[in-house]
Amino acid sequence: MTTTPDITCAQPSAPHGRRMASPWLMLTLAIPAWVAVYSVLPRLSRLITYHLLGIGEGTHLGSSVEFFFYDVPKVLMLLTAVVFVVGVIRTFFTPERTRKILAGKRESVGNVMAALLGVVTPFCSCSAVPLFIGFVTAGVPLGVTFSFLIAAPMINEVALGLLLAMFGWKIAAIYAGTGLAVAIVAGWIIGRLNMTRHVEDWVYQIPVSDSQTQERRPFADRLGDGGTAVKDIVGKVWLYVLLGIAVGAGIHGYVPETFMASIMGKSAWWSVPLAVLIGVPMYSNAAGIIPVVQALLGKGAALGTVLAFMMSVIALSLPEAVILRKVLKPRLIATFFGIVATGILLVGYLFNLIL
Amino acid sequence: MKTIQVLGTGCPRCMQLHDNAKNAAEQLQVPYTIEKVTDLQKIMMMGVMSTPALAVDGKVVVSGRVPDVEAIKMMLR
Repeated sequence: MTTTPDITCAQPSAPHGRRMASPWLMLTLAIPAWVAVYSVLPRLSRLITYHLLGIGEGTHLGSSVEFFFYDVPKVLMLLTAVVFVVGVIRTFFTPERTRKILAGKRESVGNVMAALLGVVTPFCSCSAVPLFIGFVTAGVPLGVTFSFLIAAPMINEVALGLLLAMFGWKIAAIYAGTGLAVAIVAGWIIGRLNMTRHVEDWVYQIPVSDSQTQERRPFADRLGDGGTAVKDIVGKVWLYVLLGIAVGAGIHGYVPETFMASIMGKSAWWSVPLAVLIGVPMYSNAAGIIPVVQALLGKGAALGTVLAFMMSVIALSLPEAVILRKVLKPRLIATFFGIVATGILLVGYLFNLIL
Repeated sequence: MKTIQVLGTGCPRCMQLHDNAKNAAEQLQVPYTIEKVTDLQKIMMMGVMSTPALAVDGKVVVSGRVPDVEAIKMMLR
């Protein structure tokens, strides 16, 4: 699996010398074009596969190729839409504002709000450390800070966009809902455990001043930011999506229907812990993993197992542990990973049980 | 005299912001000094949690994103 550092950390976008065309104008042109292309995709993929490429209908190759030409544009288009919308929403939530909301909040209510804000506040794991310090020194309780730190990477725009595109809105909603639940409960437990002394001592000695960066920005400007997010993020992940779907298309056409049932099926009780164990050290991005996992689901893998695997890949990673080691003592890191992994495990079992 | 500070621990975006800020100041032809603040403690003390950030005359004007040259010009005026 390819490792890519944090896809949601936007790289510098090329400096624009001239002003871009009005974002409003571009949006009014883009939406109808998007809808028109999206609605002809099924026909287009059949046209390419069976007429342009002349592959016989009903063959393994045909079904793989059709799947590929349908899925790639569909997934990239839905991903673009989600990244754009989230990009615009995020211009309203700065970490500074989120901190102000959370500072001094009681636990429980604080945990819920922190997890929700984690989804909409721009976050990149490279700034996890300053963010952590900024939160705890401003009086955000430790457990509440953790709820934020768990939700932020787990429910990101790339994962949401891809889940929506490949699994449909129901599973995307289940993923987001259970992800939030894990973040809320895990943060709450960490708060209960009174682990403040396992934060490196120097963290609390940093005096923090509150800065006012109240920016008043026109909405067109925020739309422009959404566009920049699309350029940065989709520009970076499209290749992984393509590769993931290519592998998925191969599985779709060639792997027998019940192949995964024995290893990732419901009846194998050990499949959920195994999926989490494999998932945690894997630092892959959602873009590469979700298309492959989707194909496995069609081959008899159980949904709970698949969800647990995706969550552990996306939410927990070793590089993140290394970054957080600067501010957390080993015991707290171990507790953090242990509790989140357990939460994911429970989610996996729950869905294998009820579905 | 404008004092421009670029806050960040040295990621590629911080350098981009530094270049953009420098270009903006050059284009406006205002006298200025530009400084990179890389010390995490100092950054935190200025109240910034998401890098890169830009401060003009000690006041943080933008954090967590890289505005283009034109936008920075507005902030320097």
